[in-house]
Amino acid sequence: MRRSPADTAESAKKLTRRTLFLGGSQLVFMGALGLRMRYMQVDQAEEFRLLADENRLKIHLLPPARGLIYDRSGTVIAENEQTFRIVIRKEDASQLDMVLAELETLIGLTQDDQDRVRKELKNAGPSAPVTILDRLTWEAFSTVAANAPALPGVSPEVGLSRDYPLKDDFAHLIGYVGPVSSYDLSRMDHIDPLMRIPKFPIGKSGVEKMMEDTLRGNAGTVRVEQNVHGRIIRELERKEGIAGNNLQLTLDHQLQNFVQARLAGESASAVIMDVETGDILAAGSTPAFDPNLFVRGISIINYNALLENIYRPLPSKSVQGAYPPGSTFKMVTALAALEAGVVTPDETVRCMGHTEVGGRRFHCWKRAGHGNINLTGSLRHSCDVYYYEMAQRAGIENIAAMGRRLGLGEEYDLPLPGMSSGLMPDKQWKRDNRGADWVIGDSLNASIGQGFVLTTPMQLAVMTSRLATGREIVPRLIKSIDGVEQPIKSGGPLNINENMLRSVRQGMYEVSNSNRGTAYSSRIVTDGMRLAGKTGTSQTRNAVVNNKNVPWEERDHALFVAFAPHDAPKYAVSVVIEHGGGGSTAAAPVARDLMLFALHGAVPPLASYPQSQRGTIKTLLDALPLRTDGDNATKRSNA
Amino acid sequence: MSYLEHNLKTVPTGLSKILFVNWALVVLLTAVACIGFIMLYSNAGGAFNPWAAPQMKRFGVGLGLMLMIGMVPIWFWRNMAGVGYVLSLVLLLVVEFFGDVGMGAQRWIDLGFMRLQPSELMKITLVMLLAGYYDWLDIKKVSHPLWVAIPVFLILLPTALVLKQPDLGTSLLLVFGGAIVMFAAGVSWWYFGAIAAMGGTLVTFVFSSRGTPWQLLKDYQYRRIDTFLDPSSDPLGAGYHITQSKIALGSGGWTGRGFMQGTQSRLNFLPEKHTDFIFTTLAEEFGFLGGISLLMLYAGIVIFCLISAMNNKDRFGALVTIGIAATFFLFFAVNMSMVMGLAPVVGVPLPMVSYGGSAMLVLMVAFGIVQSAHIHRPRTKS
Repeated sequence: MRRSPADTAESAKKLTRRTLFLGGSQLVFMGALGLRMRYMQVDQAEEFRLLADENRLKIHLLPPARGLIYDRSGTVIAENEQTFRIVIRKEDASQLDMVLAELETLIGLTQDDQDRVRKELKNAGPSAPVTILDRLTWEAFSTVAANAPALPGVSPEVGLSRDYPLKDDFAHLIGYVGPVSSYDLSRMDHIDPLMRIPKFPIGKSGVEKMMEDTLRGNAGTVRVEQNVHGRIIRELERKEGIAGNNLQLTLDHQLQNFVQARLAGESASAVIMDVETGDILAAGSTPAFDPNLFVRGISIINYNALLENIYRPLPSKSVQGAYPPGSTFKMVTALAALEAGVVTPDETVRCMGHTEVGGRRFHCWKRAGHGNINLTGSLRHSCDVYYYEMAQRAGIENIAAMGRRLGLGEEYDLPLPGMSSGLMPDKQWKRDNRGADWVIGDSLNASIGQGFVLTTPMQLAVMTSRLATGREIVPRLIKSIDGVEQPIKSGGPLNINENMLRSVRQGMYEVSNSNRGTAYSSRIVTDGMRLAGKTGTSQTRNAVVNNKNVPWEERDHALFVAFAPHDAPKYAVSVVIEHGGGGSTAAAPVARDLMLFALHGAVPPLASYPQSQRGTIKTLLDALPLRTDGDNATKRSNA
Repeated sequence: MSYLEHNLKTVPTGLSKILFVNWALVVLLTAVACIGFIMLYSNAGGAFNPWAAPQMKRFGVGLGLMLMIGMVPIWFWRNMAGVGYVLSLVLLLVVEFFGDVGMGAQRWIDLGFMRLQPSELMKITLVMLLAGYYDWLDIKKVSHPLWVAIPVFLILLPTALVLKQPDLGTSLLLVFGGAIVMFAAGVSWWYFGAIAAMGGTLVTFVFSSRGTPWQLLKDYQYRRIDTFLDPSSDPLGAGYHITQSKIALGSGGWTGRGFMQGTQSRLNFLPEKHTDFIFTTLAEEFGFLGGISLLMLYAGIVIFCLISAMNNKDRFGALVTIGIAATFFLFFAVNMSMVMGLAPVVGVPLPMVSYGGSAMLVLMVAFGIVQSAHIHRPRTKS
């Protein structure tokens, strides 16, 4: 096909024109790109560079070492144990099946664990570590490390984990730590950034919970450079955290161990305190549990077993259990009456085995009656009718006021959660809470520690200390924080006439040392260690039936309070054995053993017991599952 | 003037053709490819593998291919234009129908040594076919509606197939590349004006219809447009790529953070750091100076092509050169606009720099044809 020269020349010119136009447009566009580049990279450079730094630099928190907890002699109660665990991240888990199978052969990873890992990985973020196995033994850990090439994606990590070497002994007092939950977070006013670490352990009960802020310490930080997946490329700057403060408690681990062992088998609790300082030396509660189970994640089966046990192992009975004090309350009524001037120590009341008030008959525990009886006699024999008379003479307001002065119905400032304040009822209380007027029968019941009156073993120990010293003894649990001694709050006199106190103490002395005292069989025969105590048997039912013929949960509570030595008091003890039967038979022998251990600082010698009992006592003491020092205390040097 | 009308004796023959190769173009292409190697090396954290070494091999192969194709007379390529177009179309249909079922919706065919994307091939063969068409067509008929409809159909047929893959970026390149060849061939301004006006009206309608009962796009499609217009509105979702890309680019400054010092691209904040977003690595590590240098190299390639085209009295040679230059221009213009946040993320690589064998080899083949047109351009005496 031939074309005319004019045509071709014309088209060539047109092509050139259009090419120039195209080229021009393209250059203009490129110029625009260049300007845009300049604008972003030069004019906005600062801004973008800032954004870039934020992008890649992240601050990670380093959990601090939690403060340790010691007993009064410096033995570790709560410590941090180095633990080994292996984790895997989703982004590295491409060969999960192979890895899990390999771990099964290497360290016996169970099928349950494998399923759990698979499930957790499904829901995890790409770089969030999922724990395959926690608390590996050193052998298993090194096996995993040695076989690393066959386990792609598995990273071994070393961490700190709470450990309670004395196991059950301090379960109720120290409590335990557990992973922070959203419920925990919702209840905090100020949320420590550490709480954002997944499964960060915080105190869940006991001292661990109440002293959380002191024990936790401050987070360290590490500035890391990371990529978009959160994978750390390198560490830029590390600032170690500040470890939590160490706590020293007033507790004595040996005495506590003895208390737990002595109470074992019963649903019981006991408190022993220093009558001068208010230092709590031991506060037992049985049955107990191993707090380490909770730290490691308790199984549903174990947890349900704890929940369903009718002996209720979980609550700390020494401060959370509120019981009718029974006859251990009679010192309060006696002092109230003495102080009100409605009776003198020597004045006698005639006990006929019962008394009629307001058309109702109130019985003494001894149906035959005690005859004419004075103050010390009424304590020694625990005569109820005497106190019915005192209640009518002194009135409930005086009794309640005396009870409060002696520390009943009061919540103490102790770092223990869920403490019961007990109940010291009066007319106002009944109107407010029961919508009924106080009747005289209420006073009579209250006078012997029944009816509405409720006390905790801790309160009974405080009451006993105050009776022993006549001073306002306040219990103390924290001896020092980070080496700084905490103040002893026990203070001034109760302003109760010393002669009146002396009469009451005399009565208590006779309870244990008069051969007609209710706790005479639980006496201490060593001079200078003699007990002054009071038995209590508080009814949990109305019908008068022999304890042996009713189910456990309907039997009476057995109580005993005492201080010793009676003439120069050092320690006060309170023992409550739930549904234990009589105070003199069930509680008093236990209290005597605890007191003797406290006084001797060791398992008491048989010489302190009455000759006739030594055989039985020896059998009993020998059978106690006591921990010998070195058992657990030295266990932490294996890592 | 059609090629055969020229005196062939003025055209170099045999090995002497080597002397007439557009060496400036070769140097510029090599320079751009070297920038690519450096960036791929840096992106791999200072290693030739996995990207830089294969890319260098491919460039070597491509360079040889380009020179070989350049040695082949341009009329051969003109005669092959139709065959190439049909072949590309068939391959597109193959991946469309067999790729779906057999290979899980892939866009490429495995040739063993490389993966061929038919859509890449189509970019070149379409330009060649259109250049051939306008070489053949009587100049007077160029703006006749019937003779305009034919190339429009030739453009839209493969575009529809590519759009269905779906590959919006490549289909846009096909439309614009074809349109530029048509424009250069002398199709009346009015057509382009009318298309632009219609497009503008459509866009206006699309946006004004939003929220009304008769809105033209689905809600999610509007949201995508929103994200493009303001990436910060969804920084962790759809706007993520654009935002991260801008941060990397902007943080480069005048001279950049230095070779291998880029934090953003190094740390995997950037998606596709070795392919579509490789420019951000360059801009971050070598700053504005690095970016503008690459842009100037690209401009040089386009300018040398256009000069070659304007000096080429062979209509096919000139048009195919303009078309290939335009396609090349569209590649980097769209890619750079994308990483700078001026265009939506459509998946267009940075030519000669992004990692990828198919795109690079096809481009080298295209520049081979440009070389062929250059070497075999008719020379008039005096």
